[in-house]
Amino acid sequence: MIATTLGAIVDLVAIALFILGLHFLNSPAHARRGNRLAMLGMAIALIAAAWQTAGTAWLWIALGVVVGGAIGIFAALRVKMTAMPQMVALYNGAGGGAAALIALVEYYVQTHGAIGLYPVVGVSLILSAIIGAVSFAGSIVAFLKLQEVMIGRPITYPGQQFVNAIVALAIVGLGIWVFLGTSPAYAFPAMIGVALILGALFVLPIGGADMPVVISLLNSFTGLAVAIAGFELNNSLLIICGALVGASGTLLTVLMGKAMNRPLTNVLFGAFGAAGGSEPAGGGKGGPQNVRTASVDDVAIMLAYAQKVMIVPGYGMAVAQAQQSVKALADQLESRGVIVKYAIHPVAGRMPGHMNVLLAEANVPYPALLDMEDANPEFPTTDVALVIGANDVTNPAARNVTSSPIYGMPILDVDKAHNVIVLKRSMRSGFAGIENPLYEMPNCSMLFGDAKASVDELTAAVKAL
Amino acid sequence: MSDINALLGLLTILVLAIFVGFEVISKVPTTLHTPLMSATNAIHGIVLIGAMVTIAALFASGLHSPLLIGAATAAVTLGAINVFGGFAVTERMLQMFKGKDSKSK
Repeated sequence: MIATTLGAIVDLVAIALFILGLHFLNSPAHARRGNRLAMLGMAIALIAAAWQTAGTAWLWIALGVVVGGAIGIFAALRVKMTAMPQMVALYNGAGGGAAALIALVEYYVQTHGAIGLYPVVGVSLILSAIIGAVSFAGSIVAFLKLQEVMIGRPITYPGQQFVNAIVALAIVGLGIWVFLGTSPAYAFPAMIGVALILGALFVLPIGGADMPVVISLLNSFTGLAVAIAGFELNNSLLIICGALVGASGTLLTVLMGKAMNRPLTNVLFGAFGAAGGSEPAGGGKGGPQNVRTASVDDVAIMLAYAQKVMIVPGYGMAVAQAQQSVKALADQLESRGVIVKYAIHPVAGRMPGHMNVLLAEANVPYPALLDMEDANPEFPTTDVALVIGANDVTNPAARNVTSSPIYGMPILDVDKAHNVIVLKRSMRSGFAGIENPLYEMPNCSMLFGDAKASVDELTAAVKAL
Repeated sequence: MSDINALLGLLTILVLAIFVGFEVISKVPTTLHTPLMSATNAIHGIVLIGAMVTIAALFASGLHSPLLIGAATAAVTLGAINVFGGFAVTERMLQMFKGKDSKSK
């Protein structure tokens, strides 16, 4: 009895620490303290749980914690900053998988006695198994796409939504069967198996710029699965933590949907720029666009004698790992008295805030990073907008071409700057296959090549002036 | 009867926690969205505790299935990957934000 009371007190302290920790994440100055507080909460909760559950199972618990902890920490310390989105996806998948496995084991434990399942426990087991499995498989597919093991573009085929609907129906059917308590022992694992298939199928048609939305959504799925697992285990700590994460993941997902001005259903089922049929999405195969190319020296002169330069990074910067080079160029320009700022679109990159993390890694001070709302009023007074590997988020077609798949998405108004320089690998259109009329504008020039190499050449050229 | 009350108690906790979640998170600036996602990702690693409770319950139930022990141990392992990896990655990201480039020239 005393042990349970003590346990409850420890849980209370842990919860307070988690909420305080999240609260401190609201400013870069305190963010680290926030993470430390959350870690402390987790450590306290884990020690208390270990003390309460050790008993006969301690060997297996120790084995799992040591192996899993070692893998987790090793991977976290080794991963490159540019690979962060897929790493977060993997950890998220691990959590979802754990929730599904817990439900699986609990199902056999609870049905082992003659009493059968309590309805609440039964529903919780089934839901957390399904959601956890969907999150696990979805995260793995997201990881494979981001790691480019698998094709990153949306994968679509005719009748895709029909197939998904059938699979979802099968899950519902199996779930009801399990709930009624008359199903054979294999029904529960079968249900998890089908849920794994659904998770994979559901992420397949989503690609490219929609990945941040999916990762955030999967994060909230795992939170939900964990909260429901709290109901089956009668554990309020799991409920609270799961709900916190579920709420935050949902909020982030909605924020990003807003940033793209697309409803979530469109992100999940729209397969941006693919399928769609009626959209002339991949269109404009009508020959090459008329674009002007600039030489490195031209651009260097333009930059060096500018008053204000706005750097607009995109996924291309992450792929080329050009953030350090970008910072070096910015330093070079600043030493000549040029004001350098960065305009960050909310969905640039493959994770919410992806560009901010990369630039922070390169020691760019965070006050120089402007949100879309702060950056757009500054473009008309910007001499050079330097677009590094960003495409769709700068596409003016979003403003007025109603047939464009990205019509209505708020964009960075780079075209309003006096000059626009676009660093790009080739004239190939972005992942969505949408032509960008920006490139044909009279104030725009292209500088082709690998982003990192181009930026390094620019830095050298500016230095030589 | 008390089952219903217990369930209602848990549901109350759930709803309140959801509101707290929205409230706390809505104040986080875009700059910190990645670390935020990563930190919440680590917090749902609390599922590790669920896995520990489950494996203990499995042993207490007298079910001696190697398959189930394997599944429960896998759950603990995955939970541990989630917790330790999640916090380590978040810490690494935030370290970079800390690297104040004091009043750049």
